[in-house]
Amino acid sequence: MNTPFVGDLVPDSKTGEAFTLGPLVTGPPCCEPVPKIRVESLSLSYGQNEVLRNISLDIYGGCITALIGPSGCGKTSLLSSINRLTDLVPGCQVQGRILREGGDIHAPGVDVHALRRDVGMIFQRPNPFPLSIRRNLALPLREHGLRNAREIDDRIERSLKDVGLWDEISDRLDAPAQALSGGQQQRLCIARALVLEPSVLLMDEPCSALDPISSAVVEDLVESLRGRYTVVIVTHNLAQARRIANYAAFFWVKDRAGTLVEFDHCKRLFESPRDERTAAYVSGARG
Amino acid sequence: MPDAVLYPGSARAGSTPTFFWRNLALQSFVWLASLLIIGVFLWLLGDILWRGASRVDWEFLISVPKSAGRSGGIAPIIVSTVLILVVAIAVAFPLGLATAALLSEYARQGGAKVRGVGLSLDVLAGVPSIVFGLFGNAFFCVWMGLGFSILSGGLTLACMILPIVIRTAESGLRMVPDEWRLGAAALGVSRSTTIVRILIPAAAPALVAGLMLGIGRAMAETAALIFTSGYVDRMPRSVFDSGRAISVHIYDLTMNVAGGDPNAYGSALVLIALLIVINSAALWLANRALDRKPSRS
Repeated sequence: MNTPFVGDLVPDSKTGEAFTLGPLVTGPPCCEPVPKIRVESLSLSYGQNEVLRNISLDIYGGCITALIGPSGCGKTSLLSSINRLTDLVPGCQVQGRILREGGDIHAPGVDVHALRRDVGMIFQRPNPFPLSIRRNLALPLREHGLRNAREIDDRIERSLKDVGLWDEISDRLDAPAQALSGGQQQRLCIARALVLEPSVLLMDEPCSALDPISSAVVEDLVESLRGRYTVVIVTHNLAQARRIANYAAFFWVKDRAGTLVEFDHCKRLFESPRDERTAAYVSGARG
Repeated sequence: MPDAVLYPGSARAGSTPTFFWRNLALQSFVWLASLLIIGVFLWLLGDILWRGASRVDWEFLISVPKSAGRSGGIAPIIVSTVLILVVAIAVAFPLGLATAALLSEYARQGGAKVRGVGLSLDVLAGVPSIVFGLFGNAFFCVWMGLGFSILSGGLTLACMILPIVIRTAESGLRMVPDEWRLGAAALGVSRSTTIVRILIPAAAPALVAGLMLGIGRAMAETAALIFTSGYVDRMPRSVFDSGRAISVHIYDLTMNVAGGDPNAYGSALVLIALLIVINSAALWLANRALDRKPSRS
């Protein structure tokens, strides 16, 4: 599984000019598979309802990992167990370990707020708060202890530039965030995650509620995050997974619980899948 | 006959006499009922306007009652009413909001806490106001030693309107979409910040609506106040003084004072005008809160 497969892993640099933070593809080159997060025999259930069974998976730093598979196979549940958003679901039980920086995130004494600050999340439907654009971005910063107004403004500007929104909305930062278009709202939500300077971003079908043009813009944005951030993205759009992901994990429902069928370099998973279920799914024959 | 094409039922109704008459009877009943209600409302309002308008002038609003209220004005009564209202809202609103936040955000849905608090609220909401009056008298006036005072009356009214305030605030908070709670949690934002900065502003229209219902009930209250804030129609010097609320004044003028009816009508007109002013102000506030959220577009 860890054998290098260099062909598809050279970072894409075509989107370099629109953003401001210098070269976008920095950090560990993603052809060196250094695990940033290790999921070890994770099982997850809601009450009596088993959703995920025995998932083990490495998420490599600086890379984009796509989770694919049919609806209801637990991809979103896996995603929200990585930042422990599953804690909010009554009756949700998690077994197994998720290791990040050497420690299990479910260990007692782990600071959940700090974890979520470092592991940002983007939802399927854009969910800007019913506040102004500026306050949407300032709220998490203040919550995490930043008080200096100039620094807050600087970080807001930087994150808006990173998502390519600055030129579009810099003159109306005090306008309600919900007056933005759907695509702009989603990019604002990405900016809101980036403003906390996380190292991991979890994305739950970030393009599926958007029109094709906004979707393409957000997709380019996600691609540009490669290298600087570790991205885990759930998508039902196989072509999108193929375009942007370095690694892909294919999930399937077996005995009414989601299982990981195959995990590989994205290109290899799509072009020469080892499991026949993967082959059927990626070729469109099933699922 | 396009109607018959669109509504096959109406074609049948037209064809068989039973359906026709049944339909007509139901429609007439619905119309009559609405007309009746509008009629009663207009009659009431017209009566009060007709008999009260001649009494109400600037002098009526700023002078003190004379000869047990038969003549003179109602200035101390308005002041007492507003003070009682301010005490009641100042106590009931924060308490109600906090309880609503507990019910909708902290407690487990369907758990013992939610069901217990919910049951007590429903019982409280059904308690007749005279019982609140007796309770207020025993607890605030006697046991806490506040005596007949505006404070006792306001606190009693606060107990009385708490269920309404809590229930409306709770349903308002519950209607805030979960995606904002999840979004905030995913940013590592604490629950208290989420409630104060996101959920309460988003639920503001419902909170104001609850406040309005509470104010309406408090302003109209007589029974609970007779035993708690008392009868004295002098200008109150503080909230520890006894004070007569406007509805108590109306009750007293009509029931106990011979020849008090004209001023009772005048006071009733002032009460209705006060209610309309407070409700419009609250509605305006709620609309302003909504305008900050152009999610309606």
